[in-house]
Amino acid sequence: MCTYATVHEHVEGSAKGSNGTWLRVSEATVYFDHPVHAMADHTLNIDLADPGGGPAARIAIELTADSACRLACAIQAALAAAPAGLTAAPAGPTVGPGY
Amino acid sequence: MTANTIKITGHDGAEIEAYLATPGGEDRRGGVVVIHHMPGYDRATKEIARRFAELGYNAIVPNLYWREAPGAASDDAAATVRARGGVPDARLIGDVDGARTYLRGLATSNGKVGVIGYCSGGRQSVLVACNIDLEAAIDCYGAFVTGTPPEGFPLQVTNLVSQLPNLRAPLLGLFGLEDKFPGPEQVAELEQILTDNNKQFEFHSYEGAGHAFFSVDRPSYNVAAANDGWERIEAFYAEHLGA
Repeated sequence: MCTYATVHEHVEGSAKGSNGTWLRVSEATVYFDHPVHAMADHTLNIDLADPGGGPAARIAIELTADSACRLACAIQAALAAAPAGLTAAPAGPTVGPGY
Repeated sequence: MTANTIKITGHDGAEIEAYLATPGGEDRRGGVVVIHHMPGYDRATKEIARRFAELGYNAIVPNLYWREAPGAASDDAAATVRARGGVPDARLIGDVDGARTYLRGLATSNGKVGVIGYCSGGRQSVLVACNIDLEAAIDCYGAFVTGTPPEGFPLQVTNLVSQLPNLRAPLLGLFGLEDKFPGPEQVAELEQILTDNNKQFEFHSYEGAGHAFFSVDRPSYNVAAANDGWERIEAFYAEHLGA
């Protein structure tokens, strides 16, 4: 099925695009739905985008649910391992509007 | 057969891109509007359009994401539209209406047009058939035509239960028994509503098939279900879109 559910988050940072150039990304779109390329019925998909750069200015990731959970844990672990005071408190995500 | 990218007039008079596949020859034939799935106006959907041309129909795929992402790769366009909240139902209806009008205006048109959609497009196929005049509609495993989303499910689309009494075309439904959305209970609910409203419909649900069993480029592809499904589609359109 198409889950239609979409989680939006504002981000600040950079990501390297498919043509080898770096993008300043400001939007993350996260959803568990059909992938374009991964060999799974559903995947956890993340688009990191620079909206000002047009539709192609994004980094796309499609991970199996298990992989996505382990990646999320790895991110949390890496942040937790950093010296206190270097990391900022995360803000909560927003869901919708749309699909 | 000829296949081209063209421009058509969609919802609110806006110009949008579409993919047109037509058989050779001057004989009059029916038309098919193919509604692309949520992952976009992609190669697989265009292949479906060419298959309909091979079957003898004028087939068109409106690019539902053209407004937000003209000229973009199909996956980038899908991501952009998703990030902006998706395609509103009213706009979808208007774009398919424009595609229908285009097909009917072709010199080779016999005046009959059907619609088909897969996954999210399955729901949209039923939606369209409840709102504009068509000769036939096909719903391939569209979720949330009926049924109630699970509690806490952040769904922004609604089911079509209130619109089903307005269904204006015969409906062919093709489903997988292993699918959960729509699951067999949702298909049964749809069947009951259509029966109660004296609608013409034909449903087939395939054992061992889950969601997206027509998708030849995905792990969900089920050759037995897809082959039988295509035979049902051919027979259904021959009956309703034939000269």
